[in-house]
Amino acid sequence: MNKSITTRALSLIGATALALGISTGAAAQEKVKVGFMLPYSGTYAALGNNIEEGFRLYVEEQGGKLEGLDIEYFKVDDESDPSKAPDNANRLIKRDQVDVLVGTVHSGVAMGMAKVARDTNTLLIIPNAGAGAITGPLCAPNIFRSSFSNWQPAYAMGLVAAEKFGHKTAVTVSWSYAAGDESTGGFKEGFESKGGKVLKHLSLPFPNVEFQPILTEIANLKPDAVYVFFAGGGAVKWVLDYAAAGLKDSIPLYGPGFLTDGTLEGQGKAAEGLYTTLHYADDLDIEKDRQFRAAYEKRFNHAPDVYSVQGYDAAQLLHAGLKAAKGELKNRDAIIKGMRAATIDSPRGTFTMSRAHDPIQDMYLRRVEGNLNKFVEVAVKSLEDPARGCRMK
Amino acid sequence: MDLTTFLIQCLNSVQYGLLLFLVASGLTLIFGIMGVINLAHGSFYMIGAYLAYTLASYTGNFALSLLIGIVLSVLFGYLLEWGFFSFLYEREHLLQVLMTFGLILVFEELRSILVDDDVHGVPVPSWLEGSIPIGNNMTYPIYRLFMSGVCLAIAVAMYYLIRKTRIGMMVRAGATNREMVQSLGINISLLYRFVFAGGVALAIFAGMIASPVSSVYPGMGNSVLILSFVVVVIGGIGSVKGALVAALLIGFVETFGIVFWQQAAGALVYVLMAAILLWKPEGLFKQGT
Repeated sequence: MNKSITTRALSLIGATALALGISTGAAAQEKVKVGFMLPYSGTYAALGNNIEEGFRLYVEEQGGKLEGLDIEYFKVDDESDPSKAPDNANRLIKRDQVDVLVGTVHSGVAMGMAKVARDTNTLLIIPNAGAGAITGPLCAPNIFRSSFSNWQPAYAMGLVAAEKFGHKTAVTVSWSYAAGDESTGGFKEGFESKGGKVLKHLSLPFPNVEFQPILTEIANLKPDAVYVFFAGGGAVKWVLDYAAAGLKDSIPLYGPGFLTDGTLEGQGKAAEGLYTTLHYADDLDIEKDRQFRAAYEKRFNHAPDVYSVQGYDAAQLLHAGLKAAKGELKNRDAIIKGMRAATIDSPRGTFTMSRAHDPIQDMYLRRVEGNLNKFVEVAVKSLEDPARGCRMK
Repeated sequence: MDLTTFLIQCLNSVQYGLLLFLVASGLTLIFGIMGVINLAHGSFYMIGAYLAYTLASYTGNFALSLLIGIVLSVLFGYLLEWGFFSFLYEREHLLQVLMTFGLILVFEELRSILVDDDVHGVPVPSWLEGSIPIGNNMTYPIYRLFMSGVCLAIAVAMYYLIRKTRIGMMVRAGATNREMVQSLGINISLLYRFVFAGGVALAIFAGMIASPVSSVYPGMGNSVLILSFVVVVIGGIGSVKGALVAALLIGFVETFGIVFWQQAAGALVYVLMAAILLWKPEGLFKQGT
């Protein structure tokens, strides 16, 4: 009871601050209202910021307008809190009347947004959250994703582990929540399709980081390889503990890119030489990437990352839709058709959209060298999420 | 599971349990003995870890940073009691909850401003680096064993201090009847200021010593906060011995829960707490033991 009073008071204060902070400048001129619903506080604050910067960079490169339409931004901090997702999304849609909703990082929040977007038929572009359900059972004509699905890098790593590295057996590890299950499931699918065998899936409750029992269990099972899904603090600690337990040299460790993205400083030498898969990498030999990186650094004074790219591509996707509708905001069908048919010239390499509105994109194998996730080779070309449960054609 | 693996898992359990004890021991003093509901306890743990991270980059010497950290944390705890907590002893619990919850938000925001939101690692001191082979193909980091040793030493020292010394006697007496102790000519306010400072210092110390294995990241205090309360409640409020037993018990339940019953691992600790409270509503041990 005590806690609920506190949270209520806090959310009141927060709501007031938000209401005061956002201007409601209505103008006669036609413009596109873009609502960012991203994490601007908490663990994911940096990610939310980079996504917004990427988006803004693309719009600025087009002279601040898309198809002759001015862009007006609205912002709401989603706090990475799924329980607040419907309220926050409704705030942007009902109060600010945004034309496009852009968000977010956290999968649980993105699911809430997808629900609201379906109910209100608002255009939604998801610049990160990889939850399979969003472009699976929850898929809808007005919901797009400019990032990835959890299944994609995981499946690619399964193929690589079996074919390139020739492993026969593996153990998968993750926190027991949806993203972990989707990722380790994707790995298993890829690995076993090439004759490998996942001996056991080990999991622990989120966000427990006491990994010793699991490490002991791995040493006991002696697989050829280990695949893990952890991100942020959990990823740092897993990689350190894995090396300290003496397993790094005897049983190779693999994971999706999040295992070593933005965490290398904390992981230090323990991460050196680890292989991961993702739709982006350092030292990509792509001209568009070099231009993007230079422009981004010049504009924001720090290096972009995969989240910046996903924000940038969210803007490109919107632009493609507006182009197809010739700047007619009202022509919703044309916008959606245009986005669906778009070929995006992304810093990660060109990609197209799948029937479920997920990027069909190359998955890269990367290797940790110093502070970089260096590009090694293309693991799988034009990989499409199977979008199980999606009835769209 | 063969015998070696079983023994290693037991070692894991004990090691985890001892660390839990260290984190919860400060809460035993503040919540258990002084009776203040302190939600900011996890924040102190977080502050400790960030302190270790910051000091390590300045001094480059782990032992020296630990020493500086202990001095700073006692000072910090003393000032916190003087400025905030001393006004709350006579107030109802809701106010204590409100203020300490506010402190969590303040400390988290300060952390974000002063350091940043990234994940950082703290290097293991060179003289504790390395690991010893254990079982067939595993090694155990020496630092983890060192950590367990320190936790055990602190458990013994705390028990001795509270059970066998004059100061411990005054603290226990104060917990039972504050006014009576005061009328016997003991400056209970000052004494409790130091007890509080000690509790804060223990949490900060736990954060510092755990930082090389836990790494340093935003929100790290929240996860230990709940477990600390579980330890104190299972062990019996205000009992050092109880906290140690409870922490070890939780260590075993969590470790073997993950091995044998993954689906339920997250809930087992709370089931254990519920079962123990049904059996012994006051916790395993009495206050002051």
